[in-house]
Amino acid sequence: MNAPATFDSARPAREKLVVIGNGMAGCRAVEEILERDRERFDVVIFGAEPRVNYNRIMLSPVLAGEKTFDEIVLNTAEWYTENAIELIAGDPVDHIDRERKTVVSRSGRVEPYDKLLIATGSDPFIIPVPGRDLPGVVTFRDLDDVDKMLAAADLGGNAVVIGGGLLGLEAAHGLSLRGMNVTVIHLMPTLMERQLDEAAGWLLKQELERRGQTILTGADTEEIVGKDGHVDAVRLKDGREIPADIVVMAVGIRPATRLAKTGGLECERGILVDDHMVTSDPDVVAVGECVQHRGQCYGLVAPLWEMCRALADHLTERKLDGSGGYQGSVTSTKLKVSGIDVFSAGDFSGGGEGEDIVMRDAARGVYKRLVLKENRIVGAVLYGDTADGNWYFDLLRKEEDISDMREGLIFGQAFALGGGALADSNAAVAALSDDAEICGCNGVSKGKVVDTILAGACSLDAVRSQCKASASCGSCTGLVESLLALTLGDEVQAGASTMCKCTSFGHDDVRRLILEKELKAIPQVMQELHWTTPDGCASCRPALNYYLLCAWPGEYEDDQKSRFVNERLHANIQKDGTYSVVPRMWGGITNPRELRAIADVVEKFDARMVKVTGGQRLDIFGIRKEDLPAVWADLNAAGMVSGHAYGKSLRTVKTCVGSEWCRFGTQDSTGLGVKLEQMSWGSWMPHKFKMAVSGCPRNCAEATIKDFGVVCVDSGYELHIGGNGGIKVRATDLLCKVATEEEALETCAAFIQLYREDAHYLERTAPWLERKGLEWIKAQMFDGLDAVRQLAARFRHSQKFMQDDPWAKRAAGERRDLHSHLATVVPAGMEYA
Amino acid sequence: MMEATWLDLGPITQIEPGMAATLPVIGGDEIAVFHTMRGEFYALVNKCPHRQGPLSQGIVHGDSVTCPLHNWRISLKSGQVLGDDEGCVPTIPLKIDCGRIYLLRESVVGQKAA
Repeated sequence: MNAPATFDSARPAREKLVVIGNGMAGCRAVEEILERDRERFDVVIFGAEPRVNYNRIMLSPVLAGEKTFDEIVLNTAEWYTENAIELIAGDPVDHIDRERKTVVSRSGRVEPYDKLLIATGSDPFIIPVPGRDLPGVVTFRDLDDVDKMLAAADLGGNAVVIGGGLLGLEAAHGLSLRGMNVTVIHLMPTLMERQLDEAAGWLLKQELERRGQTILTGADTEEIVGKDGHVDAVRLKDGREIPADIVVMAVGIRPATRLAKTGGLECERGILVDDHMVTSDPDVVAVGECVQHRGQCYGLVAPLWEMCRALADHLTERKLDGSGGYQGSVTSTKLKVSGIDVFSAGDFSGGGEGEDIVMRDAARGVYKRLVLKENRIVGAVLYGDTADGNWYFDLLRKEEDISDMREGLIFGQAFALGGGALADSNAAVAALSDDAEICGCNGVSKGKVVDTILAGACSLDAVRSQCKASASCGSCTGLVESLLALTLGDEVQAGASTMCKCTSFGHDDVRRLILEKELKAIPQVMQELHWTTPDGCASCRPALNYYLLCAWPGEYEDDQKSRFVNERLHANIQKDGTYSVVPRMWGGITNPRELRAIADVVEKFDARMVKVTGGQRLDIFGIRKEDLPAVWADLNAAGMVSGHAYGKSLRTVKTCVGSEWCRFGTQDSTGLGVKLEQMSWGSWMPHKFKMAVSGCPRNCAEATIKDFGVVCVDSGYELHIGGNGGIKVRATDLLCKVATEEEALETCAAFIQLYREDAHYLERTAPWLERKGLEWIKAQMFDGLDAVRQLAARFRHSQKFMQDDPWAKRAAGERRDLHSHLATVVPAGMEYA
Repeated sequence: MMEATWLDLGPITQIEPGMAATLPVIGGDEIAVFHTMRGEFYALVNKCPHRQGPLSQGIVHGDSVTCPLHNWRISLKSGQVLGDDEGCVPTIPLKIDCGRIYLLRESVVGQKAA
């Protein structure tokens, strides 16, 4: 009693401030308080780690060997002494007693407070899989974790990092530099999906793979497998097992609210605070990653500084910068992986009301995207060139009107602010000398392009075909367009139409470049061909998916999210949102077993209508999406497979009964029809594709309005192409006449493949034939010695991967998510009947 | 509290990015929950203002969806019809917490009251 009283009376009465958390937030808050009023508080800081405060975000460079621990210390032992701060390190607070206004540490130490500051930060999120507690499974949060990783790296071997976010990738980078064989497992299809869009995420993945890491996206961890009491492997839900000597769990963080919750403070995701960082108890304040302010929790360091200022203003009742409390933060992110430049800020979820400016430079591996709204930048993603990141971030935070420099904005600060001449792209191009290179891919100078235009090339397409400028990657398209405008003024002709608004290329160019540049994924096509949108649109996604499928059979993995609903659900959507189902009946032939199965399905699933279609099939109407797999299971059981009545694919082969029954029949038209259908079912095409075989020139199967029609005659088979019974009726043209069934089948396969490889997506054979000309098609097929055989061989190769009944897979449970509901909401008080 | 205000639909992993899932509401309109390629989640009434097409079955691009029936484009953020057409789809407040999807309960069960 005596001694402390004497000691206290020697100094003005001070309030006692207890800080829980010796990290960046806690210490910064104390610094801000001391800066405002050195005399007000006696400060005690509790820290869970047995060391002084260090810069936690620099742990990545420590792991990577680019910095030492001493270099990242923020507050040295001297700092605590000089400021008379008592640091209790290594003895974490166990609970808060708000009634007595004390905190109690794990060792039992009781510390009274007048003001309590909670800065407990966040805890790593541990995914609840079996094996998560095994030795060798670590998180990436503090120096102890780094030490464990370094110890593991000394022994070499395999490291698995679960989580492809900022933290996970930095851990992976460090372990990789330390010589480990690193695999990153990421649940989402895009790396760093909270900061990057699909395009930038794809570039990042390519680069990390180039550096030797294995990146598995869309990979869900099922179990961490142990052996002899130590981690041994990670098993994924798809059954793959990745060997692991160490597993780093870096899937995310959650605010550390345990102390606040047990202390009775109001919490949601984080500890609820007001604009002065005050919790539901006026004597308790909180800052950093543990708080929730205006509904927002932050996992980055920048908001801390603003929070700490607001808190210090409040606790000392002094305002250094006169702010009205904490207003929330806009954040930006940079990945700390040396040699990879990634920047992201604000909201770039894109599309909708926002407006995108996208610039891609495939040669330099650069992708830049700005999202604008009402002439202001609201989001930015930069990959490969982040020099202007801070400038964009500044414009974003200040909400500056950018309408004056909009033209040059994406090219960066130097260009956009470079004055009137440069900001006007036409003027900038006019200022270039004649020998300035316009097209880097094909080495075409400005003078050459202008000469080509003067010689009569009046459209972008004409320039591309005559001098090759902008014909490869397309990044100089804007320059060529400027030259057209400068040279011809109003006489520029709009060239062949582009695939969609996302690109300057037409269908033919895209198809050619996919092959030339060996492009094998949608994001890769978009990057290499300079798409102007981040992830395309409802027109180009399905087209690209088809082009890639056609170009790389067996290699390209079909992208379900780029498929129109009918091809995703393998049934035809109807106006009421239900589906119709058409089982395949080869050549239009059926039997009692099939008919019974169809009748049973109609009754069992209460289908409202069954109808005979124009293609000689039965169509079952009114099936709900959740019943489709069960319907298919029943039809499969009777031996029927998908009829593809929903696809840009082979639909039906219609036949007459031919020589087997008909007194006029000249050949076995039903037999040939069945063979044609068995050869070509399941193939994806630019558009739907219908066939028919008639047994004689009376043509009962209407073969002359089909995409491919066969009319049997005494001496053989007449093969017809390019017919259409749709909006614009078109009778077929005769392609050729053959003597045998084998030749008819071979020629059909070759024609289908030519159509598959050349037509534009959503172009039926009729308009395709009119566009290309019958002679061109004949030349492609018959001028070369071996052309038919080669085309047919490519078709058969592709069919090896296509003739796989999609219904059977769905009926067996594949992609259940596409058919089931999340749940059903039953309002309170209502029961199911 | 969370239990009363928000309806827990389960883990976000149920919906692949670029896809949507459906939530029928007895006595009300079915709801579509979208997961964009970028990782954002949105919830809208599953009905195009044009001819009531199921938006959940459309192709998702950026933060919009194209209706499978007649290609109307709808903003997932605001429910507003984009482009030359006009109309609006009601949106349902949604939040993600600890990897789970939550919808504002009153907007889900209250929609039929009007």
